[in-house]
Amino acid sequence: MESVVDLALLGLLAVTAFGVLRLRNLVAVVMLMGIYSFLSAALFVVLDAVDVAFTEVAVGAGVSTILALGTLALVGTRQKRHTKSPTIPLLIVLVTGGMLVYGTYDLPRWGQPDNPVHGHVAPEYLEMHVPLAGEEGEVLEVHIPNIVTTVLASYRGYDTLGETTVVFAAMVGVLTLFVGSRRPRRTRGSPADDDGEDGAS
Amino acid sequence: MEFPGLFNYWVVIFLMMVGFYALISRGNLVKKVVGLNLFQTSVIIFYVSTGKIVGGTAPILIEDDHGVAGGAAEVLYSNPLPHVLMLTAIVVGVATMAMALALVVRIKETYGTIEDDEIQEQVLADELQEGARP
Repeated sequence: MESVVDLALLGLLAVTAFGVLRLRNLVAVVMLMGIYSFLSAALFVVLDAVDVAFTEVAVGAGVSTILALGTLALVGTRQKRHTKSPTIPLLIVLVTGGMLVYGTYDLPRWGQPDNPVHGHVAPEYLEMHVPLAGEEGEVLEVHIPNIVTTVLASYRGYDTLGETTVVFAAMVGVLTLFVGSRRPRRTRGSPADDDGEDGAS
Repeated sequence: MEFPGLFNYWVVIFLMMVGFYALISRGNLVKKVVGLNLFQTSVIIFYVSTGKIVGGTAPILIEDDHGVAGGAAEVLYSNPLPHVLMLTAIVVGVATMAMALALVVRIKETYGTIEDDEIQEQVLADELQEGARP
């Protein structure tokens, strides 16, 4: 049953991604990206990654959509019809995709409990218990039953600190880009002038 | 091979290639950022897929009065480590996206367009103009 839901959601994701590629109305593209985020969040729930799912809904479908819509309000919503030949990009994509698919044949099959990825530190994170003083049973070393939170905030806390630093750096970057952005557009010669000077040089 | 087998990974590759194609073939800068976003989400789906165990449950330990009811020994939990790594990736992804969109807005203010061929024409015209000046 899990596999069936998984496959259905993956199929919907593929269709949505194709729609994102084909549409030229950028508002519709941003809306489809919101749908894409919700579909991938549903997929994460099926894949037991509930923390990733709600982060994706809050950040991917919420914040990203607002940022993209805000950008579209400033830059316009129509994409120009592209005139370049699609042959070379298509060739690059097909070759890259073909090599990646070839590479997957060396990967362990999906969802098997004896895959190498489950054998390293992950069981230790699940087994971090300390004996409960004076009583039967054990408690968790970090008193949080949600292992993802435990690893994120405690065992790999420095990763999270680095992540926060990246977000801070991005915020400073965005603010720096917008400071003084209300300057008038620079003046430029008309195309005819450019041609004339081109001939002179 | 069992039914799901490698299918997850193939769909991930398809999504990644759609994002890659949008990135390299479309001239609109917003479309390029969206393509980058598709690419990034496909990587996240790949990592989360590797952490899944069929028949497992979310890695939130089930507790009773005596503390925790067994670890991975009694209940089958999916691998929490890819989830943690991808939480970081999602947040960093939205930070880079905000940065990219801010750059797009500045490019629009400077050049009046967000189509890369038109921007390139203007840059070339500017260079010619500067070269013509003594």
